[in-house]
Amino acid sequence: MIEGRELTKEQIVEAQQTLNAAGLAVPHWPEEYGGRGWTDLQRHIWLEELQRAGVPTPLAFNASMIGPVIAHFGTEEQKKEFLPKTANLDIWWSQGFSEPDAGSDLASLRTTAVKDGDDWVVNGQKAWTTLGQFGDWIFTLVRTDPDVKKQAGISMLLIDMTSPGLEVRPVQLIDGSYEVNEVWFDDVRVPADNLVGELNGGWTIAKFLLGNERVGVAPVGSTKRILARAKDLAKETSDGEGGTLLDDPLVRARIVELENELLALELTALRVVAHSADGEPHPASSVLKLKGTELQQAVSELMVDLAGPASVASGAGDASDLAEWARISTPTYLNLRKASIYGGSNEIQRQIISRTILGL
Amino acid sequence: MDFTYDDEQEALRDAVRGLVGKAYHDYEQRRQAVKEDPGFSEQQWARLAEMGVLGLPFAEEDGGVGAGPTEIGIVCQELGRTIAPEPFLASVVLAGGLVSAAGTPEQRAEVLGALAAGERLLAFAHDEPGRRWGASAEQVTASADGDSWSLTGVKEPVPHGARADLLVVSAALPEGGTGLFLVQPDADGVTREGYATYDGGRAAKVAFDGAAATPLGEAGLDVTASIATVQDITRVMAGNQALGAMQTLLKATTDYLKTRKQFGVTLNTFQALNFRAADMYTSLELTHSLVAWATMVIAAGDPDEVAEAAARASLQVSRGGRHVGQEAIQLHGGIAMTAEYSVGMFVAHLTALDHLLGDGNHQVRVLSTKVADYDALDPLDV
Repeated sequence: MIEGRELTKEQIVEAQQTLNAAGLAVPHWPEEYGGRGWTDLQRHIWLEELQRAGVPTPLAFNASMIGPVIAHFGTEEQKKEFLPKTANLDIWWSQGFSEPDAGSDLASLRTTAVKDGDDWVVNGQKAWTTLGQFGDWIFTLVRTDPDVKKQAGISMLLIDMTSPGLEVRPVQLIDGSYEVNEVWFDDVRVPADNLVGELNGGWTIAKFLLGNERVGVAPVGSTKRILARAKDLAKETSDGEGGTLLDDPLVRARIVELENELLALELTALRVVAHSADGEPHPASSVLKLKGTELQQAVSELMVDLAGPASVASGAGDASDLAEWARISTPTYLNLRKASIYGGSNEIQRQIISRTILGL
Repeated sequence: MDFTYDDEQEALRDAVRGLVGKAYHDYEQRRQAVKEDPGFSEQQWARLAEMGVLGLPFAEEDGGVGAGPTEIGIVCQELGRTIAPEPFLASVVLAGGLVSAAGTPEQRAEVLGALAAGERLLAFAHDEPGRRWGASAEQVTASADGDSWSLTGVKEPVPHGARADLLVVSAALPEGGTGLFLVQPDADGVTREGYATYDGGRAAKVAFDGAAATPLGEAGLDVTASIATVQDITRVMAGNQALGAMQTLLKATTDYLKTRKQFGVTLNTFQALNFRAADMYTSLELTHSLVAWATMVIAAGDPDEVAEAAARASLQVSRGGRHVGQEAIQLHGGIAMTAEYSVGMFVAHLTALDHLLGDGNHQVRVLSTKVADYDALDPLDV
């Protein structure tokens, strides 16, 4: 993690189970379901410290998304069945929201579920399902009423990914990695008990889920750690002329500017989490995702520039004479272009700021 | 770290907002106030004194109120919201701050008491032609003849130097280092030429030719470090003032987008404009966070930490202030180019604040010298 390498599924599971054993995997959940009922501020500090220490943070699909949803909207049976396994990552959840024609405009989704006896029969295609190749279950938004306003005809189903007719197809990304998937549903039968909340109440759940994201949307702790590491690497990397990269005033100035913007963001995040009253996020919270992803990307770009000619050697193995951090810098930079697209693209964030805060 | 105001601080904010708003809620009032010398309203200055605002930063035994940096920051923000021209920053925070930091108990009581009462306006004569921002003096030199001191050399620009009733002057000491002196502006050997600045402010060239001067504090003592700390505090308070001005600029811009019609529709119909306003909001909130934090760092009091926090806040105020100011003019269009509309003058004032004690690039240069000495920044350490 600290070295910027990709983690295996086993490493992610091990990290979460270690945290869970110590009661630290899902501290923001209600106490009756294994949480500690922490405030946003406590959770913010916890998350920052995990990132700073290079500990893989609990899988967001489990800890931040479906766990709180089941705790809030689920039946007693669903809570009993899913919450302990969700906290402990015995079940790896995937997110079935986006579709090829429903990205930022999520409510346009077209995957359908039709009641047949005691089952729902699901047909359609989900897109951009992150780490779906590891998924055991997928929480899925489906259209259950095609005849009403598009937001009003959506429901959420919990679907076992080993169900017949469900197929996961990995999609290779620009950095060469396999991180996202297409998930196809071909007459997949889902028991009626796996509906979460009300029938046609899926949009409310989706908004609840996305509204929970005000903590942790800006990866301040990890970006800080990577920037500090960039500085260390610049300090120990020769400029080929008897000095180091950190002797270059332009490099120093660039680092100073990034550190300062990151400090401003960190303080803004503290203002937001400390003063979000009664679940209503502080107006500045929309700044976090926008600026947080921009800085995450800017630091990854700095790493490529520090790597210089060595940044080309992404395909070199351990026999290479070039430093590993330099070899993986460009794939990381390319991969992180996603950050300003997912979770509500940064243009959607600007839309939220201009409409709901500025009243434009 | 607490970013909210308590009840007393809220009350102070409301009181100052009421007083300042009454005088300058209509931009035309500000325009009239800066037309003639001294470039501000003497009556308004007297009202600020009456409210106790001019004595806020100073100890009670010196005739002040003994308020903390958060309170002073509140005043600066409120003055910034209307770009009120009264010289609180130059005279109270900066010049008064120097007397408070370096003066003898007698000097503090005499000078600060009169300043707080609105009876005596102070100015700090420090900048010298051909030199950049810093805490030391070079071209104005001090010499001693027995116990009597005199100054020679030129200071320019001196904010509100022509109107000042008493000058605080920095000067190179015979034995090295920089000392501070009190100079009566009507003393022999002092000449002043005042002028208006582009934001409606006032500055002056002040020339000393063997002018009699009284050492502030112990004679001959190098007080460069004290000057630096008072400048750092002033940087943060200038940031508070800039923050207030930026808030007004964003509000003026969004109001304009909602009402101004072109092509038969209001401007907020156009997403290209709304997105730029959203980016202004982002700059404003980031600036708010750093300024509020730096203000709290002053309360903690360690001079090195205050210096770093001031540099960081100033860097963000410079970047954010330019962004918000330039976009405010652009999104308004031609109307913001006119002298009778407020926005252009707010941008002018932000530009003046930006160059009072060091712009963004200056702060980057300062921070760059230390960037290799630490790992990651931790605001809670400060």
